[in-house]
Amino acid sequence: MRILTFIFIINLFVINKSHSLIEIDITRGNLDPLPIAVSPLHVDIKSEQYKDLKTKDLGNKISEIIEVNFKNTGLFNPLKKDAFVQKPDIAHLKPRFEDWRLIKAQALVTGKLIIKDEKLKVEFRLWDLTAAKEMTALAFTTTPSNWRRVAHIISDKIYERLTGEEGYFDTRIIYVAESGPKNQRVKKLAIMDQDGFNTKYLTLGNELVLTPRFNPTNQMVTYMSYFRNMPRVYLLDIETGTQDIVGNFPGMTFAPRFSPDGKKIIMSFAKDGNSDIYTMNLESRLVERITDHSSIDTSPSFSPDGKFIAFNSDRSGLQQIYVMRSDGSNVKRITFGKGIYGTPVWSPRGDLIAFTKMHKGRFYIGVMRTDGKGERLLTENYYQEAPSWSPNGRVLVFYRETKAGEKGEGFSAKLWSIDITGYNERKLSTKTDASDPSWSSLLSK
Amino acid sequence: MNLGEKMTIKTNLKNILLVIFATLILSACSTAKKSADIEGDVYTGKETVEYLAAGVPDRVFFATNKSSLTSASRATLRKQANFLRKNKSLNVTIEGHADERGTREYNLALGERRANAARDYLMTYGISGKRISVISYGKEKPVNPKSSPVAWSQNRRSVTVKVN
Repeated sequence: MRILTFIFIINLFVINKSHSLIEIDITRGNLDPLPIAVSPLHVDIKSEQYKDLKTKDLGNKISEIIEVNFKNTGLFNPLKKDAFVQKPDIAHLKPRFEDWRLIKAQALVTGKLIIKDEKLKVEFRLWDLTAAKEMTALAFTTTPSNWRRVAHIISDKIYERLTGEEGYFDTRIIYVAESGPKNQRVKKLAIMDQDGFNTKYLTLGNELVLTPRFNPTNQMVTYMSYFRNMPRVYLLDIETGTQDIVGNFPGMTFAPRFSPDGKKIIMSFAKDGNSDIYTMNLESRLVERITDHSSIDTSPSFSPDGKFIAFNSDRSGLQQIYVMRSDGSNVKRITFGKGIYGTPVWSPRGDLIAFTKMHKGRFYIGVMRTDGKGERLLTENYYQEAPSWSPNGRVLVFYRETKAGEKGEGFSAKLWSIDITGYNERKLSTKTDASDPSWSSLLSK
Repeated sequence: MNLGEKMTIKTNLKNILLVIFATLILSACSTAKKSADIEGDVYTGKETVEYLAAGVPDRVFFATNKSSLTSASRATLRKQANFLRKNKSLNVTIEGHADERGTREYNLALGERRANAARDYLMTYGISGKRISVISYGKEKPVNPKSSPVAWSQNRRSVTVKVN
């Protein structure tokens, strides 16, 4: 899978950093999304044919991907194209601001593209219609088959310019694709773009696989596999397809995650009925025991600075969330609310921990501060768990299962996402049933 | 209204109340019958049970989030130990399982703990640990796919499986 490694040549020709009138506050639920017009990109008539790519439609398709990305944030309201008042090429040179304001647009995206010598060159501009000013302009050159990624990168740049925070569109989600009846599920590792396109299966489904997670550079995945009926943590190189068992443990290893520097894998090792947390350095193969307690210690997650580990343990009787230093010292319980807590995941910004909470037969996804205070439950359902953060720490993706009838009918597992504001809950489109999502970092950073 | 009339009304009321009571008791019986296979959250029925040999059930059941053995479970495991003593060349794997109402990773650990609880008990009855391997499937392999308390209680189990 070469798609993860190619080079974008980014020409920054203008960046207007002067203050603008448009600003989106993403710290609250946005009930008044910003009306934005995304003009189809103008396709240069000198464009050459590239493989079976429909060059003529490309400008339209890229603008549509941008619109879907924006709509899915809940922060933007992309306006219908049939109301657009200017041809794409002319608008891209200089929009007639007053005409666009007439259709109530506050921001406008224009662009053009050309395919020449097997290269796709795209440029776009973001216009502030109220201030009648250009806000950002960028050009990219890449191989034409990356055209969807170009749309995601443009979306990220615009999101960044308008919200002041990094975007999360040029990203992927790795997950477990599920099929078959509930008591005979076939599970495969799958990877897709964050918008559900370009799904690829990384395993064949011959053995049960669970809980895949990206490394910081998105080239490796750690996951659990029942290969040869030995449940162990594995490492998969996405590019080469090479799979390796992690360590040489005389029992089940599970719940793996990478350390923020990507050098270690942290996981649980179960022996004689007791699960403790271990790390293994991938270069030196050195194994360190982090917890030593007769209770179940699992679901470990590093803080982004690598100094702390959040995990869940039933040492108090039932599952609760604890935080300790990364050497295992100074263990502190941080959840004291009603119910039981699991799957703590540290936000990439470092300020919050996302978790699953179970209370009176209902399941919640929530966030709290790293000391356990300020708990906010974002969504309640029959069954949902395993949150994973968008790289900018604004959105969580998790999976949700439905109730099953007598023979397992009615059962489904799907990926959902929700803003940490508690707004904008939505189902992600996946080709099959899906669980255990893990969100990559930005691919083109 | 005379005294006789009053009496009849009272008796009638009594009769009606009796009928209501009887209905209540009957309906209580029928609900009790439905959940009779669960005792304090632990499945006690035979619906999903298979047998290693005649009279030797292959599985024991657990309470939610627990891995302690009930007296019924211990009796079953003693039968298994007895069977294993008679079949000295036989090895087994104990599969530990959890219900679907917990997080996946915790359930993997819980299944492992349950399988080991059964293994430890067999060992105290003289079966060598070398003959018993364990594997946890967490919530991944429900025996009953339904989402109901009875199904969940059937899924919270450890199952002894012959490997040779």
